[in-house]
Amino acid sequence: MKQNRFWAWVVFLAGAAYFIVPLVATFEFSLRMRRGYYSFDSYASVFSDPNFQTTFGYSVVIGILAIIVGIVVVVPAVYFVRLRMPWLRPVMEFITLLPLIIPAIILVYGYIRLYNSSSIIPFTGSALGTDILLVFAYVTLALPYTYRAVDTGMRTIDVQTLTEAAQIAGANTVQIITAIILPNILVAVLSGAFLTFAIVIGEFTIASLLNRPAFGPYLQNIGANRAYEPAALAIISFIITWGAMGMINVLGHFAPRTSARTD
Amino acid sequence: MTQPAAAASPRRRLSFEWLGVAPFIVFALMFLAFPTLYLLAGAFIGRDGQFTFDNIAALFTDQIIAAYWISIRISGASAILGAAIGLAMALAIIRGRLPAPLRAAVMTFSGVASNFAGVPLAFAFIATLGRLGLVTIILKTVFGFDLYRAGFNLLSFWGLTLTYLYFQIPLMLLIIAPAIDGLKKEWSEAAQILGASPWQFWRYIGLPILWPSVLGTLSLLFANAFGAIATAYGLTGSSLNIVPILLYAQIRGDALQNPGLGAALALGMVLITACANIIYLVISARAERWMK
Amino acid sequence: MAFLDVSNLTKSYGANTVVKGVSFAFDKGEFISLLGPSGCGKTTILRMIAGFETPSSGTIMVDGQDITGLKPNQRKLGMVFQAYALFPNLNVGDNIGFGLKISGVPAEERRARVADMLKLIGLPGFEKRYPYEMSGGQQQRVALARAIAPRPRMLLLDEPLSALDAKIRVSLREEIRAIQRELGITTVFVTHDQEEALSISDRIVVMNAGNIEQLGAPHDIYNMPRTRFVATFVGQLNNLDATVVDPAAQTVSLDGQVITVPNLPASSTAGAAIVLTVRPEVLSIGQRQGNELALHGTVEDVTFLGSVIRIRVALGRNVVSLDTFNDQRAAPPQRGAPIEITLAGKDLLVLAN
Repeated sequence: MKQNRFWAWVVFLAGAAYFIVPLVATFEFSLRMRRGYYSFDSYASVFSDPNFQTTFGYSVVIGILAIIVGIVVVVPAVYFVRLRMPWLRPVMEFITLLPLIIPAIILVYGYIRLYNSSSIIPFTGSALGTDILLVFAYVTLALPYTYRAVDTGMRTIDVQTLTEAAQIAGANTVQIITAIILPNILVAVLSGAFLTFAIVIGEFTIASLLNRPAFGPYLQNIGANRAYEPAALAIISFIITWGAMGMINVLGHFAPRTSARTD
Repeated sequence: MTQPAAAASPRRRLSFEWLGVAPFIVFALMFLAFPTLYLLAGAFIGRDGQFTFDNIAALFTDQIIAAYWISIRISGASAILGAAIGLAMALAIIRGRLPAPLRAAVMTFSGVASNFAGVPLAFAFIATLGRLGLVTIILKTVFGFDLYRAGFNLLSFWGLTLTYLYFQIPLMLLIIAPAIDGLKKEWSEAAQILGASPWQFWRYIGLPILWPSVLGTLSLLFANAFGAIATAYGLTGSSLNIVPILLYAQIRGDALQNPGLGAALALGMVLITACANIIYLVISARAERWMK
Repeated sequence: MAFLDVSNLTKSYGANTVVKGVSFAFDKGEFISLLGPSGCGKTTILRMIAGFETPSSGTIMVDGQDITGLKPNQRKLGMVFQAYALFPNLNVGDNIGFGLKISGVPAEERRARVADMLKLIGLPGFEKRYPYEMSGGQQQRVALARAIAPRPRMLLLDEPLSALDAKIRVSLREEIRAIQRELGITTVFVTHDQEEALSISDRIVVMNAGNIEQLGAPHDIYNMPRTRFVATFVGQLNNLDATVVDPAAQTVSLDGQVITVPNLPASSTAGAAIVLTVRPEVLSIGQRQGNELALHGTVEDVTFLGSVIRIRVALGRNVVSLDTFNDQRAAPPQRGAPIEITLAGKDLLVLAN
């Protein structure tokens, strides 16, 4: 039994080293911009770069739009499938797994071919159209996570009983979803939203192939042309991801714990 | 009192339900099904718009086959190593009786690291194991060991695999942890009292029960690595010959623009990830015969 | 020499001591129950015997061997768990044969032993079933077969019936007892259900708060409870507040009715408040042979329990429950009616608190 614990520590410490060393190394590298001593020059250089500001701002806006569209598409669907059309559940599960199996590069290639400027819906024919397409693409990428977050949220609150209670009180379906269901699954939805944000903010493949001025392609461009700024950007990206995940953790403490049915 | 909403005719209610599900269905068709199918169908259409196998045949050049092969190897290696190491770490944290706060810390970190893929991850590994990376330099100056002279290269099979593990291991940890939690304490106690050593418990009971979950995650990790491009691109630019980078170049028109060939490349990728999933389904159906 | 000898067993978690120097010894072939409310330490004792918990102090001897320091897999014991704990990935045959396989019994011999075991538990031919395909009662019987297949020195049962339906619980406990008698295997059974313990055991250890309250055969525990805890925990019990009238004459006053209590300690003083206890089933309605004491009261409530009718009688401040058989030819007493109840004086116990 003691031996068991010993090996557990060995495995844990080896793993921890693998994950911590690159972070330390990257941080150290990001401080090396000035010869001879450590400085935060690379960070200053990054933050003062107008391209950093515009591309980051662009990605934040696209990310927020993707979160909103994702909620509008997923929440009513999950609600009605749970409530009235349980036979559609396996189909939903399958569809929402697809983005994990079909690589993003194939999706975006399909978009480019299907929605080019000479097609019926020429998304890529204009800058605005391409922006909209990018939002939809990100909704697709985040679909597995949004779906699961919302589905878990609805499972914990027992949608059936809440709906029946609201109907007895005279509420209509739109009122039920906006006034009863959404507030109760808010924490789950927000968790999905932060995860979406973490995935989308530095996304490279789709943004680059759609030629949008997003943060991902900017990162790649800096990586190809600068020495120390990439390390600083890696640290900044890590902190952003950590922030999004930290928010999910914090939100977890506010999640409703009542579960009327444990099936 | 007005008539309650529930008194509405069943037909109207049904159509209302469809109205709620419709956006999801339309979305799935427009942004998942149609583009993918349209693209894959393009693999069988020539420049003249006629049905052809030429594009498929064009895949069988040395460069493209080599690209597929190295992609499969990197994805396979990073998936298998990621699954094995992730499983070992999950077992250590959950069953190894380490201090409880460690588990929460590792799970949170895994959430971050599994999403820390792409270009920034490439930067981090360049700063660590690149020619001027911290580890490379420490090994050279402190231990007198020249990593690159010894044959290591970050832009190689092992370099890329090592980098991919940074998001593969945490993903495995996140997915397998609930399955390990599902192992009842009584199973291990029952095995012990029947004379089994801890090793025998894992050999006959613990690992066979986890096996379907491990396999499922393995196929997911494979697909995850096989389609990954941002990390490789950030690491190497377009110099590494793996399928997603080849396809990226095709789409950008960096290489000879041939839409049919691009579609064929994509078809090959989808087929290989589909294969990984079918292998998983077949094996897990056999492994799960004891489940409901 | 005793087969199972537990001496001075103590278990503490930090400052919290859950088993406080417990000692007992049992002979080979005995069926022993550890009975007590949850948190009394009974499960902890069983888990120390199994080896899943390490005693803070004390020793456990089985068949003359000190097993205190052995690992669970070296103890050669069998155990059945509350939640079945069958291995879900193995079929019934492989579950029962697991212990044999570990100890290196050849496949042929193993198969024969598994078939014997399945016959013993009344599930012949179930080898290829998987646990999820069986009911709880069937699973628990397989768990029993798995525990005894390797011929363990002793069988440990950790509340094995509490996850089952009431009817199966009764039939399975009879079956467990029959198999235990047939094999003559020493068995330690943990339960919080006094009826279960009384019906199945050779001897019972009643526990409370980490201590043994009483150790004895079921009828001793029930008829001669030594402490108030045992008296109230095992079986139904009426507690009656009374006042000593005359210690020499052994008379007490119960809500103004003066009766003679043969068990009254000689040390009592006149006017002292005491508690008398009496089981519901020794009380009768009306006069009966051997019942020399009579009390008068009013019927407060009548509960129909099937073969038995439970009547609550108010004597004044005290309320006493009594059980009477359901006589189909006689109407049950009416609420509010005056009633005379009688009992034998020797059945009235004066308990130490």
